[in-house]
Amino acid sequence: MKILVPVKRVADPDNANKVKVSADGARVTSEGLEWKLNPFDEYAVEAALRLNENGASGEKLGEVIIVSLGPDEVQTTIRQPLAMGADRGIHVKADDAELDSTVVAKVLAALVAQEKPDLVLMGKQAVDGDSNTAGQVLAELLGWPMATFAMAIETADGGKTLTIGREVDTGVLTLKVTPPAVVTVDLRIVAPGSVRNGVTPDAHKYGEGARYASLKGIMAAKKKAIDVRTLADLGVTDGAVVTYTKFERPPARTGSVRFVESAQELVQRLKTEAKVL
Amino acid sequence: MGFQGLDFYNLDDELHEDERLVRDNVRRFVDERIEPIIGKHYEAGTFPKELISEFADLGLLGANLEGYGCAGMGAVAYGLAMQELERGDSGLRSFASVQGSLAMYPIWAFGSEEQKQRYLPGMARGEIIGCFGLTEPDYGSHANGMITKAERVPGGYRINGVKRWITNGDLCQVAVVWAKLDDVVHGFLVPRGTPGFSTHKIDDKWSLRASVTSELFFEDCVVGEDALLPGVRGMRGPLSCLSQARYGISWGVIGAAMGCYETALNYAKDRKQFSRPIAGYQLVQQKLVTMATEITKAQCLTLRLGRLKEAGKVRPAQISMAKRNNVHMALEAARAARDILGGNGITYAYSPGRHMMNLETVYTYEGTHDIHTLIVGQDLTGLAAFE
Repeated sequence: MKILVPVKRVADPDNANKVKVSADGARVTSEGLEWKLNPFDEYAVEAALRLNENGASGEKLGEVIIVSLGPDEVQTTIRQPLAMGADRGIHVKADDAELDSTVVAKVLAALVAQEKPDLVLMGKQAVDGDSNTAGQVLAELLGWPMATFAMAIETADGGKTLTIGREVDTGVLTLKVTPPAVVTVDLRIVAPGSVRNGVTPDAHKYGEGARYASLKGIMAAKKKAIDVRTLADLGVTDGAVVTYTKFERPPARTGSVRFVESAQELVQRLKTEAKVL
Repeated sequence: MGFQGLDFYNLDDELHEDERLVRDNVRRFVDERIEPIIGKHYEAGTFPKELISEFADLGLLGANLEGYGCAGMGAVAYGLAMQELERGDSGLRSFASVQGSLAMYPIWAFGSEEQKQRYLPGMARGEIIGCFGLTEPDYGSHANGMITKAERVPGGYRINGVKRWITNGDLCQVAVVWAKLDDVVHGFLVPRGTPGFSTHKIDDKWSLRASVTSELFFEDCVVGEDALLPGVRGMRGPLSCLSQARYGISWGVIGAAMGCYETALNYAKDRKQFSRPIAGYQLVQQKLVTMATEITKAQCLTLRLGRLKEAGKVRPAQISMAKRNNVHMALEAARAARDILGGNGITYAYSPGRHMMNLETVYTYEGTHDIHTLIVGQDLTGLAAFE
């Protein structure tokens, strides 16, 4: 299969306290932040690699293309998936302020028209804005079938049909999807047995989580191509449809944690002291 | 939350993208695969053999060598990998150092093509473990005085002697052994199973407990002609290996020091005495500031050393200065961290005590602190104090 995996850089969640709001409240400032690959996108990369390889022999079964939008620094974000084993990258140059889910989806739709992948596999959401919309808007623009929150992907026919397990409140909903399609992935897609491609032997043990980039992979990634495009190249000239009016920090927490002896006491206090029941 | 490291002078800006990727991936590996198990292995005195294949998959074995299945990393990227590994444990970094710098490197640098093909790919895959036999019970710093001897016999060589303090000795499938042939030091590759070659594990140690340390015995051990490393004669052979390993140690111990610093800092911010965090007291701050300053100085020194090495300009005395300075720095940082942790610092629940014990070994091996002082002293004055 040919799989396109869009990835986004996000502020390192381990350093979330470094995220600051500008004095006028107009924006979140990104100066001095450490950037990480959005975890859900990293899981999408892992799932794409597992779909497109014989995990036991290492044989490649298809192409994995990584795409990211943003300033020049996002090439570093693309390099990690290339070091994990993806084949090539596309960097669409843009200021972060120019982008929202709709612009991203339009860019991806334009790239899909050029690259003609069988599958767009992406994180269900980025852990910064938590919008959870880019995949859905993209599927709508393309008129493609869509499966969101995938926690399992299985194919037995080389990707002609995909069986997707998606997590819902009451359990797992199973969908059959005929590519080309858009699939967004959830956390459990990187459990050891979550991706089955009919080629990797069932006995093969994947690790828990996304793979490490090996030192050899990192060296190889230095030579992998990253094509650079602009929004105009791709014909995306409409601006963002979402505008932010104001950012503010949540109010500082007051009070302290109190421990109660029993559920009854908790209910009583919620009624009489907190007055929320 | 994973390990954050310390970068007070924004040295990340001086690193190339691939170097940061190496650092970040090995850091995550250490967080996820080493941190959860290393305390138990240290306590039990066992080396985590189950990690060997993972080290290999990650490319940590012979990472700075070119070809033969090795990653071919630059010196700085290699150093950063060692830094992260030693933040996990000096014993695990020692395993990787010995395999890569002391066993694979001499084969890579001085071996015949046949020897390279026979050993290096398997060693990079972790299927063949190597060790390095130089030090003897009576000849440590004065390695050139070694007693171990090789004699020509029909079809090969007969080796007799004892080597001691050999990391990976009991794990090894092949030993790189330095022995005198006609009074000149030569290197020999002795496979496990060769009659007359045996190993004995040294268990009664309170340092590097998660690493295997052994004695090697050679009793009329006969090896073939093809066991001799053809590319080098004299002490230049082992010393060039030691330069590689000492370089890695210079980086590695910064990892141990950063681990100790981070543990101490977090503890001090959390631990309240007299109703406020001990990090707010001047004496504790002084300790933390000294640790952070010394770590930062070591980072600057070592990054420059790495760039010199990449440019092919590094001199052994420069490596000696970094090994000497950084190991001492890390040992002091571990002691200060142990101090800040108070009584908790002596328990297995916190890593600085383990790092401190490990670093006592690192202070002594691969050229003791004092010997490196004399190497730099000789370089500065032109006068050798140890001959």
